[in-house]
Amino acid sequence: MTNYSNKIPITIEKKLTPSPLTSILVPLFSIILSLLFGSIFFIITGNDPVEIYSVMFSGVFGSAYGIIETIVKSIPLLLAGLGLSIAFRMQLFNIGGEGQIYMGAAAATWIALNLAGQPAWLLLPLMMLAGGVAGGIWALIPAIPRAYLGVNEIITTLMLNYVAIYWIDYLVHGPWKDPDGYNFPITSTFSNTAHLPVIGDTRIHAGIIIGIILAVILHFFIQQTKFGYEIRIIGQSQNAARYAGMNIVRKIIIVMVLSGAVCGLTGMVEVSGIVHRLQSGFSPGYGYTAIIVAWLGRLNPLAIIITAVLFGGLQVGGYAVQMQNIPVSMVMMLQGSLLFFVLGGEILTRYRITLKNRSSQGDGIS
Amino acid sequence: MNQTLLLEMKQITKRFPGILANDRINFTLHPGEIHMLLGENGSGKSTLMNILSGIYKPDGGEIFIKGRKTIFKSPRDSIKARIGMVHQHFKLIDTFSAAENIVLGTHKNFKLNKNDIEKKVYDLAKENGLEVSPRAKLWQLSVGEKQRVEILKLLYRGAEILVLDEPTAVLTPGESRDLFSNLKKMAREDRGIIVITHKLHEVIEAADRVTVLRSGKSMATLEQKDFSQEYFARLMVGRKDIFSFSENITLEPPGEKILELNNVQALNENGRLSLKDISFNIRKGEIFGVAGIAGNGQRELAETITGLRKCTSGNIHLKGENITNMSPSEINAKDVGHVPEDRVGTGLVPGLDIINNIMLKGYKNSFSRGIFLNYKKAFSKTGEILNEFDIKLGDPSGPVSLLSGGNLQRLLLAREMSSNPALLVAVYPIRGLDVGAIESVHRLLLEQRSNGTAILLISEDLEEILKLSDRIGVLYEGTINGILEKQNADLEKIALLMTRVKNTGEINS
Repeated sequence: MTNYSNKIPITIEKKLTPSPLTSILVPLFSIILSLLFGSIFFIITGNDPVEIYSVMFSGVFGSAYGIIETIVKSIPLLLAGLGLSIAFRMQLFNIGGEGQIYMGAAAATWIALNLAGQPAWLLLPLMMLAGGVAGGIWALIPAIPRAYLGVNEIITTLMLNYVAIYWIDYLVHGPWKDPDGYNFPITSTFSNTAHLPVIGDTRIHAGIIIGIILAVILHFFIQQTKFGYEIRIIGQSQNAARYAGMNIVRKIIIVMVLSGAVCGLTGMVEVSGIVHRLQSGFSPGYGYTAIIVAWLGRLNPLAIIITAVLFGGLQVGGYAVQMQNIPVSMVMMLQGSLLFFVLGGEILTRYRITLKNRSSQGDGIS
Repeated sequence: MNQTLLLEMKQITKRFPGILANDRINFTLHPGEIHMLLGENGSGKSTLMNILSGIYKPDGGEIFIKGRKTIFKSPRDSIKARIGMVHQHFKLIDTFSAAENIVLGTHKNFKLNKNDIEKKVYDLAKENGLEVSPRAKLWQLSVGEKQRVEILKLLYRGAEILVLDEPTAVLTPGESRDLFSNLKKMAREDRGIIVITHKLHEVIEAADRVTVLRSGKSMATLEQKDFSQEYFARLMVGRKDIFSFSENITLEPPGEKILELNNVQALNENGRLSLKDISFNIRKGEIFGVAGIAGNGQRELAETITGLRKCTSGNIHLKGENITNMSPSEINAKDVGHVPEDRVGTGLVPGLDIINNIMLKGYKNSFSRGIFLNYKKAFSKTGEILNEFDIKLGDPSGPVSLLSGGNLQRLLLAREMSSNPALLVAVYPIRGLDVGAIESVHRLLLEQRSNGTAILLISEDLEEILKLSDRIGVLYEGTINGILEKQNADLEKIALLMTRVKNTGEINS
C-alpha cells in the first residue's frame, strides 16, 4: 500500500497472507545469506570462512561441553528476551535490559550477602523477588516520563544502563568488595544456599526451567487474559485502544515495570546460577543481545526459546573462534548481520514488491 | 493565446480508480488577482491544485504558464515555473528560525551569512506586509505567523503563482482577516493568488473571481459583480431531486429524550475552541443528522459525547444521567455504540482477526471470565453477529485488514449494534463505500432506529442526511448553525447553513 517514492517505479504492497512455505524458507535462506555476507568480511581480513564456520559449529555441537555451554548462555538471553518482548509488544522500546539485569543482580546480591547462610527455600525466593523489584523500579524511572509526557523511552532506558553498570562497578570496587578478594572488583562468594540448583554436575542451572515456565506463562498471559489483550490492542493501535476505553498511561507503566522485573530476574538468575557473586561486567551485553533475540522470535514467547538457544550457540561458537586467534568482534558482526538479514527477509514474507508504471499511480482524491 | 494570462489550465482531466476527480476543468489566473476555488470536500479542488504543483500528472488537458505550454514531470518543474503552494499542514522545521526556514534549500554557498539572510527576510516581510520576526524560532510562533513564514518561503523563491490550500482552516477569525488583507496587498501585477476554500463568506470578502467545483466538474466561473451566497451554495451542492423521506420510515411518536447536550464546549488538538455552545437532544427511535463540511467540529462532537474528548464546559446527559467527562469505558458500559470516523485503526484493529475485533468493546465484561478472556463466548457471539447481520466473510481467523471496505463497515456497525444500544454515534458511516454497501449500511441504521435506538448520524453526504434523518442539525465552525425538522429541510437551506455564519431566524427551529 505504501508508495515510497515518486521516482522509483516500485511499490511495496502488503501480502494478503504469507504462504507457509515462504515463512519457513525465507528465514532459512536469510540465515544462509548472512553467513555468506559474514564470509566476505572473513575473507577481507584474511581468514578462511569455511574454517571459521566449522570451528564455530564443532565448538557448539562437537562436544557435550559445547552443548551445555550453549544452554547456559541461552538462559539469560531467554529470560531477558522474554522480558523485553512484553514491552516491545506494546511498541515500548525498552533498550534498558542491560541496566535492569545489573540492578536485579545487585539487589539479589544484597539479599544473598546479608542473609548468607539462611536456608535456600527462604533465600532463593527472596533473591528472585529482590531482583524483580529492582529491575522493575529501574524500568519505572523511564516509564513515568514516557507515560505522562511522551519522553522517548529508547534514550532514557539506554542512558540508565550506564548508570546501573557504573553503580555496580562502584559497589564491587567499594563498599561490597570482598575483603579476601585480592582487590578484584568482586563481592564475596554467595553461600551455597544462595546458588540455584544445577542439573547433574553440569553448569546448567534451574534458570532454564524458570525461563521455559515463564515463556509458557507469558504466551498464555498474552493470548488468554484481558491484560494481554489490552497489550496486543495498544501495540497495534493506540486509537483503537482509547476507543475501547483502555487506560493507556497506566498500561505503559505496568508493562514497562513488568518488562524490567523480568530483566531484573535475569540478573538474579545469572549471579545465583553462574557467577555466584556480583562482579564487574558479569553480563557481556545480554540485555542488548536479548533485543535481537526478542525480535527474531517475533515477540512470540515460545519462539524466543528457540532464538535464545540460537544466540547462545553463537556466543559459544564465538568463544571457540576466539581460541583460534580470531577477534570476537567478527562473531558480533555475524550476530548483527543475522538480525539484518532475517528481519530484512521478513519483508519478503509479508510484502509483495512490484514494479509499476508511474502514470497509473494515484492515491485517491485529497 | 491570451498573453496577459498568468496561468491557463485547459480541459484538465484526472481519473482515480473508480472516480473522475477532475472532469475537463478550465481554470485561468490573471496577474494581480485572487481567484478562489470553491467546492465541498471531494469536489476535486485539491486534485486540481496537486496537478498544478506537479504532484499528480493529469490524464488529459494542458497547462499554459504565461502563454507557454508547460508539462510538469515533478513538483520540481512546477517550482521552476514559479508556482508555490502553501499546504494545510505546514512543512517547516520547529527548531530553525523563521529566516532559516525561509531560505532553506535555496543557498548554494556552504556558509550561511545569518545577518545577511535575516536582513533579506526582514525586507521581504516588510515589503509584503507579512510581519514576522526573522530571528524567532519556529516553535515560538503562532499558527498565523507560521503560515506567514510559509508564504514568505514561496515569495523568497520568486513564486508568481501562489496557491493556498484552505488557509483559514487553522486560523482564528482575526488571523483570517489579516491574511486576506495581506493577500490583497500581495496580489500585484506580476503575481496571482489561488485560494482553495469551502467558505462562502471568504469568497465574498476577498476574491476577485471564483470557480465553483462540484464532483470533479467546474460549475461556473464568476466575476465579483455576480457573487451571491445563495447562488454559490446552489452551485456547490447542486439541486438534485431528493426522494421523499417517508419512503421506508414509519414515523412513530417521539419517545423519551435519550441524549441531551447543553452548551457543550470542547477544544481541538491545538487547544482552540472547536465546539461552541452545542445544545440539542435526540429522542428514542430518532435519527439526528449532523450536516456540515468536514472539519467544522464533527469529530470533536462525536468524541466528546463518547468520552474520548474532554468537555470543557456544559453538560451531556444520557437517559437523564449526567455522563459529562465520564471515561470512554464508563460510557461504553452505558449502552452507547460508536462507529468512528476511522474504521480501521480506531473502530477495528487491522492486524487482529475477526473474533478479537468483536471482543474490542466487550472484552472487559461480556467476553471475560475473571482476568481471562472468554474466547468461547466471543466465538459464538461472532457467529451470531455474522449470521444476524448477514455478513459473509472468508476466513474468520485472518486479519480484518483483508476485508473489503463494505464488510469492514458492516462488521463494525454489527458489533456496535449487537447490544441494541440506547445511543449510537455514527460518524461518516458510508464514506468510501460502494452503492451496495451504502444501501446495506442505511438499512442497518433504519432497523436500529425502529428498535428504539437514538442515533446521531454525522455525515458529509447531504443526500444521506436528508434520506435518513428525522431532524437535521448543521455544524458550522463548531456551532450548531440551525436545526431543521425534516419536513422543512432541503438541500439549499442546509447548504446555506453549512457555509455561512449567520442563520436567518425563519429556518431555525
